[in-house]
Amino acid sequence: MQVTRFPERAGGPAERLAGFMAHLRMNGIPAGLGETETALAALGAVDANRIGEVRSALRAVCAGDAEQERRFDELFDAYWLNRGRKRDGTAATHSSRNTKAQSGSNYRLASGATDDDGDADTPDDGNAGEAGRSGTGRLVASKISTIEKTDLRKLMTPEDLELAERVAEKIARSIRDRRSRRRKAALSGDALDMRKILRKSVQRGGEPIELFRKARPDRPVNIVAILDVSGSMTVYARVFLAFLKGLISADRRTDAYLFHTQLVRISDALRDTDTMRAVNRLSIMAKGFGGGTKIGANLKQFNAQYAAQSINGRSVVIILSDGYDTDPPEIIDEALARLKRRGARIVWLNPLKGWEGYAPVARGMAAALPHLDHFAAANTLADLAALEPWLNRL
Amino acid sequence: MSWHKLQVDLSNTGYVASDDLAMALFLGVTLGKPLLLEGPAGVGKTQIAKTLAELQDTKLIRLQCYEGLDASHAIYEWNYQRQLLSIRAASEEHKPSDEIEDHVFSEKFLLQRPLLEAIRQDKPAVLLIDEIDRADEEFEAYLLEILSDFQITIPEIGTIEARSRPHVILTANGARDLSDALRRRCLYNYVDYPDRRTEMAILAKRCPALEDRLAEQIVGFVQALRKEELEKKPGIAEMLDWAAALAGLGINDLADDPEQTQATLVCLLKTERDRAAVPKEVQQRLVGKAA
Repeated sequence: MQVTRFPERAGGPAERLAGFMAHLRMNGIPAGLGETETALAALGAVDANRIGEVRSALRAVCAGDAEQERRFDELFDAYWLNRGRKRDGTAATHSSRNTKAQSGSNYRLASGATDDDGDADTPDDGNAGEAGRSGTGRLVASKISTIEKTDLRKLMTPEDLELAERVAEKIARSIRDRRSRRRKAALSGDALDMRKILRKSVQRGGEPIELFRKARPDRPVNIVAILDVSGSMTVYARVFLAFLKGLISADRRTDAYLFHTQLVRISDALRDTDTMRAVNRLSIMAKGFGGGTKIGANLKQFNAQYAAQSINGRSVVIILSDGYDTDPPEIIDEALARLKRRGARIVWLNPLKGWEGYAPVARGMAAALPHLDHFAAANTLADLAALEPWLNRL
Repeated sequence: MSWHKLQVDLSNTGYVASDDLAMALFLGVTLGKPLLLEGPAGVGKTQIAKTLAELQDTKLIRLQCYEGLDASHAIYEWNYQRQLLSIRAASEEHKPSDEIEDHVFSEKFLLQRPLLEAIRQDKPAVLLIDEIDRADEEFEAYLLEILSDFQITIPEIGTIEARSRPHVILTANGARDLSDALRRRCLYNYVDYPDRRTEMAILAKRCPALEDRLAEQIVGFVQALRKEELEKKPGIAEMLDWAAALAGLGINDLADDPEQTQATLVCLLKTERDRAAVPKEVQQRLVGKAA
């Protein structure tokens, strides 16, 4: 936690309150000028000598959601009761444990300046983040990656690759047009636009000669595909990459990511028109290809880093993974719940599901199941094609 | 008025509010800010708006949100039938069309929907915008204009100013994240399931005839049940239904007749899977815990 020293010679309450707001901002609660004003008014309405009332009032004003409300008391104590220094160490570990269990995206905010203390895989995450942001796909080699560099080119024949791409492109086209429930004016539609009809009929003495209609306009769906390329997924990786490429090239709103021990954004590399060159670019990007998996941690990172921009109520998140995770299942659970709250629909394609007698017993997979809108097999091209009717029903 | 007095008043009207909730509501009323309440279903988010309206002796105007909710259902709509008739009548008198247009697009032909109705009241109403997270993001944009300026712009007429500022209460279940802009305009309180003491107080308020021992068993059982892995955890309304059912059946002790107690669980468990998750053995264990 960032600590603001209580200003010992601070002037009136307004100045102290402004200091408190700055303290909140520094700790990730976006309290602005408007909140300061409201908070001052609120303090005027309660007994400012009673700390319980002040705390409760300021919490109602400053907290914006349940997560911030939970963290508020600690921040309040740190500032007003001068407990900041004393509790620094314990507070930081407490909040990082706390938020790890409860929220992916606020984790960084909570840890503040001490920055991701005590999390074993954060150095990797940090690097992957940089690579993703720069958009050029530069990736610092991961520590846990396997030594041999996996050659993507030898896994599939070009014919299969083309078929996979065609299937994927068809899917992309079909799901672009999920219909909105709101109506707007249109040349032909299922409902009459009474407002417009009446307006026009005034000129004709109230005869509605021209009929105008409104329809539910087509709203684009954003697809976000997240592909697992860890060791256990290597045999499928080539087809799935082609599938991703098909999705990407049909629609610029589509976004693709790939992960093993770290998460990399690959949308730009996949948009490369030359398939083979794209595959080469990718194999350079993903040096950790074929290593271990951290599904939960990667989804968490996705939430923290990309979800705010790329996920909304019209997003469909497609996760391609076998569900074998080296992290505790709670992380997946929390990350998917968080993603779900953003309004996205989540589809999980698991190549193992096509096997006879498969049951989702892998801990990570079991934790993910309750959050999924659709859980399907993906070990043949036909399975991928079967996604289309489901997406069409959305 | 102080927040404490509000809490007592609420309690006298039959709503037991936690300190934080009472404070948030008090500030909302005093500062004229909308109050956003989040929390699981069945913790009394909607009820507090009703109670506030009762307390202030004012009108409760409720807007239930759903996907596809648009301005014509939430704010206003023109009364097309009346407009048509009026146009016919006017054109027979050979009035110029400009004049007719001004006439039919006047306030007389406006159908008020909840949001417009709320700002047109002479006495500040309580405006309950229920389950705002179900409406589309576009709808939040309409709402922002109304919540910050308390005015509504109608292209044909112009801007309609508020006669009085309603007390606005928004509720959300977390179906989707709300925009930051909306959150920032509201006071916030997360309403959770009540603790044992509060729930006892609620039960005592609503079913004063209940024996203390049974009341304790009921609350203890429901509190323990909420800790189980259920699809839909029982809310306060379910607890009250159950208490009424038990009282109606003349049950004095949950441990007396496990069969009958099991049968009454229909009041608490609302899905097939939850029913299966609490067989008689689990029920008995929970009763044991509650005692």
